[in-house]
Amino acid sequence: MDFKLTEDRRMLEDTISRFLADKYSISKRNDIAYSETGHSAQIWAEMAELGIVAALFTEIEGGFVGQGFDIALVFEALGRALCPEPFLGALLTGKALAAGGAEHADWLNSIVSGEKIGAVAFEEDQSHYQLQHVATSATKTASGYLINGNKAVVTHVEAADIIIISARLSGNVDDQSGLGIFAVAADIAGLEIQDYANVEGGRSGQLTLTNVALPPEALLAEGDAAFELLETIAGYAHLALSAEALGIMEVLKFSTIEFLNLRQQFGVPIGKFQALQHRMVELVLDIEQARSAVINASTLPCDKIDRAKRLSAAKLTVSATGTKVAEEAIQMHGGIGMTWEMPVSHFAKRLVMIEHLFGDEDYHLARYIELSKV
Amino acid sequence: MDLNFSDEEEAFRAEVQSFIKQKLPAELAAKLKLGGAPSKAELEQWHSLLNERGWLVHHWPQEYGGAGWSPVQAFIFDLECRLAYAPAIVPFGVSMLAPVLIKYGSDAQKKHWLPRIVDGSDWWCQGYSEPGAGSDLAAVKTSAIRQGDHYIVNGQKTWTTLAHFANMIFCLVRTATEGKRQQGISFLLMDMKAPGVEIKPIITIEGGHEVNEVFFTDVKVPVENLVGEENNGWTYAKYLLTYERTNIAGVGSSIAALLALKQAAKQRKINGRPLSDDPYFAARIARVEIDLENMKTTNLRVLADVAAGAAPGAESSLLKIKGTEIRQQLTSLMRRAMGAHAIPYFPEADGIGFNGPNVGPQNALHAAEEYFNFRKLSIFGGSNEIQKNIVAKMMLGL
Repeated sequence: MDFKLTEDRRMLEDTISRFLADKYSISKRNDIAYSETGHSAQIWAEMAELGIVAALFTEIEGGFVGQGFDIALVFEALGRALCPEPFLGALLTGKALAAGGAEHADWLNSIVSGEKIGAVAFEEDQSHYQLQHVATSATKTASGYLINGNKAVVTHVEAADIIIISARLSGNVDDQSGLGIFAVAADIAGLEIQDYANVEGGRSGQLTLTNVALPPEALLAEGDAAFELLETIAGYAHLALSAEALGIMEVLKFSTIEFLNLRQQFGVPIGKFQALQHRMVELVLDIEQARSAVINASTLPCDKIDRAKRLSAAKLTVSATGTKVAEEAIQMHGGIGMTWEMPVSHFAKRLVMIEHLFGDEDYHLARYIELSKV
Repeated sequence: MDLNFSDEEEAFRAEVQSFIKQKLPAELAAKLKLGGAPSKAELEQWHSLLNERGWLVHHWPQEYGGAGWSPVQAFIFDLECRLAYAPAIVPFGVSMLAPVLIKYGSDAQKKHWLPRIVDGSDWWCQGYSEPGAGSDLAAVKTSAIRQGDHYIVNGQKTWTTLAHFANMIFCLVRTATEGKRQQGISFLLMDMKAPGVEIKPIITIEGGHEVNEVFFTDVKVPVENLVGEENNGWTYAKYLLTYERTNIAGVGSSIAALLALKQAAKQRKINGRPLSDDPYFAARIARVEIDLENMKTTNLRVLADVAAGAAPGAESSLLKIKGTEIRQQLTSLMRRAMGAHAIPYFPEADGIGFNGPNVGPQNALHAAEEYFNFRKLSIFGGSNEIQKNIVAKMMLGL
């Protein structure tokens, strides 16, 4: 048993933290996150240059580390800085392309290097996080596939060069079987994007696919392998988002403790009041538990069920704890915590909205229970 | 970063398992599994078996007979003992008094008392709490007045666990009333058989007898039974409270309780289906299981810090709060899992050869009793509210 970071991981953490500390004040972050593009092409290029995208991938995938702990470490650091750059899209798109085999190596390399931006489009208007709910259709043709349908709330889709799409080759809308996973160039004919701002900063978009003609090699996986790939990709999202949430919680923890010591009422710092002390201790304890959940999820054991359970346990834990931390941080800051001016409000928003990506607390509770029956 | 036990740790685990398999009486384990309480003789037998193996005082310094285990080994030992339903080591002599004697006792005291703890000659109990000194321990009033070669002790202790099994008690007594309250407290070793010592049982909520009141009326205690310096007892008391708290989370007990709960939920039926398939009950189990999995890693992280030389400080308080919450939740779920069968009350039943009326499944016999008894967990050893005060002050600087 060993909880220490390896030397390489410590260096990686230093690199990201130093870059973000130097280049990424909260006001700059807000300028970028709430801008027309929701991210900064320049910051993205600089971070990719530092190898931070490549750190999410294994050597076989063209990266240099890419274990669960590396992914968690990168996303925790991104969370601490509230960084809206499209790292999640890169991670998930890259993992999907890597599963697609050698013919996707060029696109994979361009994702790993940060040259191209990726997005994954699994959510639909009626799917409510259920990966198998796919109404978008893929019709086999003589020259490949025709895709028709809609995809909802695709993170950073407007910025994306490559989009990973789930579509149905056969069967009913909620079947696990009959799915196909496709890699699509964002500028392909018939693909329309309706781009909008996220409540917490960054951008997403609605995707409309009308007779999008794909060559046969666009298919990354089909049949049982397609659903399995969906779950694998979602699993990476669970880990990354849980770690990002943890980073945000750490920031909210420190700023709330600082505020409790600073803010005077009734002639004393409000941190002298036992009612607030006990609530703060509960948050600290819950955040320690959330860190343990992320560590458990980072080990990514080979056993598929065990791995999926750990990932759902982590996403469930950070969803429940994240909401509590966000609400309590705002409450203990009082009126000032409600203001756009205070960083707390922006951290709290992202923390809460993370629950709305790749399954909320209820989704993961139900999934954990299902997995426990296996 | 590696969450798995190392090969050496796995080998150690196998060694512990094999010892338990050979030595732990099966009937005793079966009785404890059903929520029964071990008798004095059974506790002494288990202590003696552990002592033969050199494991009773495993956490003592090696020159005093300790096993030289790492914190992780101690964790594994506790985990395996709990999974096998071995009795818990009675902590008062082995884990509470002994570390104080080793750090602060005189050579004569160490030479006299430590071997007697190891071989079971003495059964110690803890005289800390008083009717007016619970969470506010420094309010102790029991007085010890020096008269020649003796202290004369008058006063009352309460919540004294297993005092009715004990022949010795270590006490916080007041030897000075001036100055700060903490500065007038001394740490005294007293003979329970001495004239003027009286024990009265306290029957707790579930009907059991674990705790007692202990009264002292002009009890003569030889001055050589003072540990350390007079009026410096608060320091020793605090040391005792922070020592060996790395297993305070009770992860082993909770893992065993969760296994028993899941087994029970599979056996119990609702609408002809196992209770474990009921979505509401399944959700309750899933939540506590996830909390426990997180807690286990939190506990191991603290152990890793301790192994790296950090003193367990306020982290033990966090472990105590979360660990007791989880253990209480598990007893609560076990009670619910038994449905109406949690109601019948057969305190004398120990599961083994119980000839009472057929009142339902055996694991229902003590489910409610254990639930009520376990309310104590968040009260004793420093209530969970006191633990939060400690964390707020020590860790958060509030």
